[in-house]
Amino acid sequence: MSAVLAQADDLAQALGGGSSSLGCTPAPADRGAFLDALDFVVSERESISGGVCIGGPGELLHLAGSHMLVSAIAIAVAVIVSVPLGLWLGHKGRGEFLAVSVSNVGRAVPSLALLAFFVAFVGIGFTNVVLVLTLLAIPPILTNTYVGVRQVDRESVDAARGVGLSEGQIVRRIELPMSLSTIFGGIRTSAVAVVATATIAPLANVQSLGNPILEPQTYGQAGQLGAAIVVALITLATDLGLGVVQRLVTPEGLKRTAHSSTTKRKRFSTIPVLRRTQTP
Amino acid sequence: MKTSIRALLAILAALALTVGLAACGGDDDGGSGSSGGDNASTQASDGGSAGGTLIKRDEANASKTITVGSKNFAEQYILGEMYAQALEAGGFKVKKQLDLGSEQVAFKALKDGRIDAYPEYTGTALTSFYRVKTDDVPRDPQKSYDELAEKVKADKITALPQTAFQNTYVIAATKAEDDKLGNPKTMTELAAKAGSKTSISGFPECRQRTDCLLGLKNVYGWTPKFISSQGQYEDLDQGQSDLTFGFSTDGALSTDKYVTYEDDKQLFPPYYVTFLTRDAAIEKLGDAGQQIIQDVQKPLTEEVMQELNSRVAIDKQEPRKVAADYLREAGFVK
Repeated sequence: MSAVLAQADDLAQALGGGSSSLGCTPAPADRGAFLDALDFVVSERESISGGVCIGGPGELLHLAGSHMLVSAIAIAVAVIVSVPLGLWLGHKGRGEFLAVSVSNVGRAVPSLALLAFFVAFVGIGFTNVVLVLTLLAIPPILTNTYVGVRQVDRESVDAARGVGLSEGQIVRRIELPMSLSTIFGGIRTSAVAVVATATIAPLANVQSLGNPILEPQTYGQAGQLGAAIVVALITLATDLGLGVVQRLVTPEGLKRTAHSSTTKRKRFSTIPVLRRTQTP
Repeated sequence: MKTSIRALLAILAALALTVGLAACGGDDDGGSGSSGGDNASTQASDGGSAGGTLIKRDEANASKTITVGSKNFAEQYILGEMYAQALEAGGFKVKKQLDLGSEQVAFKALKDGRIDAYPEYTGTALTSFYRVKTDDVPRDPQKSYDELAEKVKADKITALPQTAFQNTYVIAATKAEDDKLGNPKTMTELAAKAGSKTSISGFPECRQRTDCLLGLKNVYGWTPKFISSQGQYEDLDQGQSDLTFGFSTDGALSTDKYVTYEDDKQLFPPYYVTFLTRDAAIEKLGDAGQQIIQDVQKPLTEEVMQELNSRVAIDKQEPRKVAADYLREAGFVK
């Protein structure tokens, strides 16, 4: 029996599988799932099945970079597609059925199924993942843009038309700025969903923070939990970051009224009330 | 608390069964489990009806309840159903908790006594439950089984004798790709002919495992282009990759569309099936019950298991029906 074990050791050494040659050691013994997960995030360790070093800031940064890249591109494409469409539909005041249906149906389609579905059209890879995440991101942005534009005071639009602004100018100078806050609400919703869903990217040959989650035999529970914590933190940071951008891009004069339609209006009641009383 | 978990599990299992087996009709009312269509009985089973002797019903077993579990993929459903139906035929009262998810969930359910037994793969059990490094798993099937049988004792579990087939990794190619590569037979030849430009797809899991992609480099000195996906044979069919990592009992392999290569340097550890059973349940099963388990798994060669899996994966039959048909075709039940 010992001869067999010795043989196995020799074999392991010959294969470079011995932990001594790895430059990392197995994770310390049991000390609670949460602490173990945090340790996975901050330091390298040997994989569960052995033979390779995993975890630590190096690998997680690499995975997070790829994760953020694919997410950012998807959100950017979704914004480019759905903001103009939503502005146009909202301005024309038509297509509410389209905007609402796209949103509802779009949210119901599972991304995982789309990933497999699109392999037949765009193949496995970056495009595949971007396409799936873009489709996930479009509905909230499209709906919010549409609703945002529809919520712009009609009097303001009429006034703009009265002073001679063209339809294009009305969209750009009146409706877009006044609905920016709502649009950003949609973008934030989308971004959160996209960053969380990008964990499925490894199923289409794009590395992301989903790797530790999808490879339990390599990363173990610590990797799953650790990566999930990092994803959650990035999601929060994205949301907060976009919130800051949202405030920055909202024109100064609109911050009070535009930030959120009804609730805030009560707080600053004196200003809108003046205008409201003039409404027939 | 424990009862509420148990109730929840029961509901989940019931749901899974209702959804999965709606087409079969009927219910878990014991009996011979001989539901199923006539068309299947005309299909010749590769394993042949040679092996099976009719399972004898022992009414004394009626008071003994065995809860059989399984993980959540086709082969596990089939095996779980097969063991469950065979024990039912032997007179035992059988409860099923198939669809337990990953091996961690299934093993925990077994240790906690929420199930009495479930089929597990030797390699999986050693690496996942007992932290044996993949490279340290004995490549000799008997030795790896012996090691597992020894280790599970500590958890008051018995590893019943292993099956004749194993479900290990295998590298597969389409016939056309195989021709292009000059029809290599072994993985050594394949590695030499394919080189680093050839792409191979596999689950994301494969990338950093020494018994998968890393092993190709370590053992065969071969670094093909890796494509992580969930496609497997679809990747081959759709031209997404030249080769794919499959499992040796995949239903797709029974179709003659694909070629596999011999693992001549034993990169892949053995993954034979052993019916992991709680010691408490071993007493309930008795010698006769254990014999039933061993008997019904005996005709399961790699080819037979591939064919049974193909009935689920390709013919879209219900695992419950596939298991029942197998037991009847092999002569274990009428």
